[in-house]
Amino acid sequence: MTPLTGCLLVSSLLFAIGLGGALTRRSAILVLIGIELMLNAANLNFIAFWRYGPHSEALTGMLFVIFSIAVAAAEAAVGLALIIAIYRHTKTTDVQEMDELRG
Amino acid sequence: MSLSFLILALLTLGGAVAAMTLHRLVHCVLALTVALAGLAGLYLNLGAQFVGLAQILVYVGAVAILIVFAVLLTRGAEIASQMDSSRQGRFSALAGGVATAAAVFAVLAWVVLHSPTLSAPAATMTQVAPQAAMQQIGDALMRRYVLPLEVMGLMLTAALIGAVILALEEKPEAQ
Amino acid sequence: MTQAPVQQLDQIFVMLKHWLVGYVPAAAQPVVSSLLSVVAILALFPALFAFTTVLERKGLGRMQNRYGPNRVGPFGLLQPLADGIKSLTKEDVVPRTADKAVHFMAPLLLVAASFLAYAVLPVGRNMAAVNLDAGVLYFFAVGAVAELAVFMAGWSSHNKYSLLGAMRAIAQMISYEVPLILSSLAVIMAAGSLSTVEIAGRQAGYSGIWPHWYVLTPWGLAGFLLFMIAATAETNRSPFDLPEGESEIIAGYYTEYSGFKFALFFLGEYLGMFAISGLGITLFLGGWSAPFSFLTWIPSWIWFFAKLLALIAVFIWMRGTLPRLRMDQLMNFAWKFMLPMALLVMVSAGVWRFLPHGVLRWIVCFVMIAVPYVLLGRGLLQGKKIGKRTYRFAE
Repeated sequence: MTPLTGCLLVSSLLFAIGLGGALTRRSAILVLIGIELMLNAANLNFIAFWRYGPHSEALTGMLFVIFSIAVAAAEAAVGLALIIAIYRHTKTTDVQEMDELRG
Repeated sequence: MSLSFLILALLTLGGAVAAMTLHRLVHCVLALTVALAGLAGLYLNLGAQFVGLAQILVYVGAVAILIVFAVLLTRGAEIASQMDSSRQGRFSALAGGVATAAAVFAVLAWVVLHSPTLSAPAATMTQVAPQAAMQQIGDALMRRYVLPLEVMGLMLTAALIGAVILALEEKPEAQ
Repeated sequence: MTQAPVQQLDQIFVMLKHWLVGYVPAAAQPVVSSLLSVVAILALFPALFAFTTVLERKGLGRMQNRYGPNRVGPFGLLQPLADGIKSLTKEDVVPRTADKAVHFMAPLLLVAASFLAYAVLPVGRNMAAVNLDAGVLYFFAVGAVAELAVFMAGWSSHNKYSLLGAMRAIAQMISYEVPLILSSLAVIMAAGSLSTVEIAGRQAGYSGIWPHWYVLTPWGLAGFLLFMIAATAETNRSPFDLPEGESEIIAGYYTEYSGFKFALFFLGEYLGMFAISGLGITLFLGGWSAPFSFLTWIPSWIWFFAKLLALIAVFIWMRGTLPRLRMDQLMNFAWKFMLPMALLVMVSAGVWRFLPHGVLRWIVCFVMIAVPYVLLGRGLLQGKKIGKRTYRFAE
């Protein structure tokens, strides 16, 4: 197994863990944590391909991760603000109970 | 595959599993920071110094603290949800989620292990860690990627203002 | 020939390390070399901590018209030893409802994070443990871990005062991290490098007898002041010691810590203070370089520690002088004054770089900082008249 394959396997496992958590946990904050884990799994892929792929001098994978980290930070801030706003109205962070928009 | 890579990978995955399975929310956040710090270690291990340090600064220093604040501000909900944890259909939902995740992992792992480009002999891969001096990253950010950088700044500002407005206490309408 | 012994004295620790490393097989040399640096840091800075506690208690004592510790050893110099034995032998009380694992890990994480920061500080010529390409970034990344440790301590204690203290501490640390990083960004811009070794090296030259320290420019002086104010807040020192205000919330996040764990918090706090002062010295005060060109014969490491002790003395002086701020004053100050000023310092550093040498750039950069300073100060007072302070004594 090459190092690149190892990295990719770790990242797909990380993605699966994040996905599983986001699907099964009921707290909105934990769903957000799961999404963060999935985003980070993708970042690990970018770094691995930058490290072992051709044209690493172009730094494309690395810069993509830098931008991705910035996006993830913004996403976390807005997501948590939404959770707090919803909590203020419904006194819950349970995603199962946030069903006011259900038809 | 080196020993340090294995240790860091185990740390990351263990932290991630703990973050998704522990009961108390604060423990989940702390486990998440372990996973993210492990990931930063993996980046450093792969030679991406700047990204690894930025990962620690942004995730451990900012995102984890932000989530912790959110956990503490919504503390009432955690106590309430602990009360009625035995609910109908809970088990089937859990099984469904885990099965989906396992299926996704199986597909990804199959693709990774059977891809013709990835199974090429290791000799075709870059063996020496590529150089990424800070100077080069700065140059790339300021020349080739300057437009994305500006867009990113704009988006962060918008997100900041949006988050503040969303979380702001709504004042009762003045009659 | 007079130059040679001076240089040898300057590099004595570097040569000592090379000499010691020479005795181990070549394969183990990198490991042993790093180990020696780590041991030096682990031995030196806690010793400095012990010395500083005496200095602080005696200094504060003098400011408050009392003696301070003077019983253990000559001039009370052995007081830290007595304190250490006391904290080691004290009972370690953990609250019954506390989250044991997190409660245990918090002080360890704080101290470990504080120690890690020293790796990139150049304490003398060729005397940084590692020369990282992104040294300043590393310093701030490690500093971010301390915030998490503070939260862990406050939350795991299950005590409302601890939680309040932790929330205050995090809010304060995050708010003041922004001006702290922005003001160091000005230096990074001017030096064109993130490496602490490189930044210190850039300031080692002299014009006439005056050094090329960044603090000796208008933007550098403003940046240094902002940096030190933010550093005071970042290390929870008075007048920014709201998180541990003993008169309001007992001791904040370490209310429920006793014995040696309490001592570890104390150590972590002081180590954080030394580290951030060390970064301030590296960024603005020329690191290990001498203040005048005719004093370069004094070894570089002496200069670094002289500057460090001077900054610590300023910290102690501020603690003895200034009253504690209120929470809203703290936040207003960070976001309405420090942040705009730090941004201006950055712009001014850019202008300084691209203007030709001469009086013009001094005037332009000075005006760029002084005018907004006055306007912002006036604006924050909001028309309140502050007259001469009057004192009333008991007749």
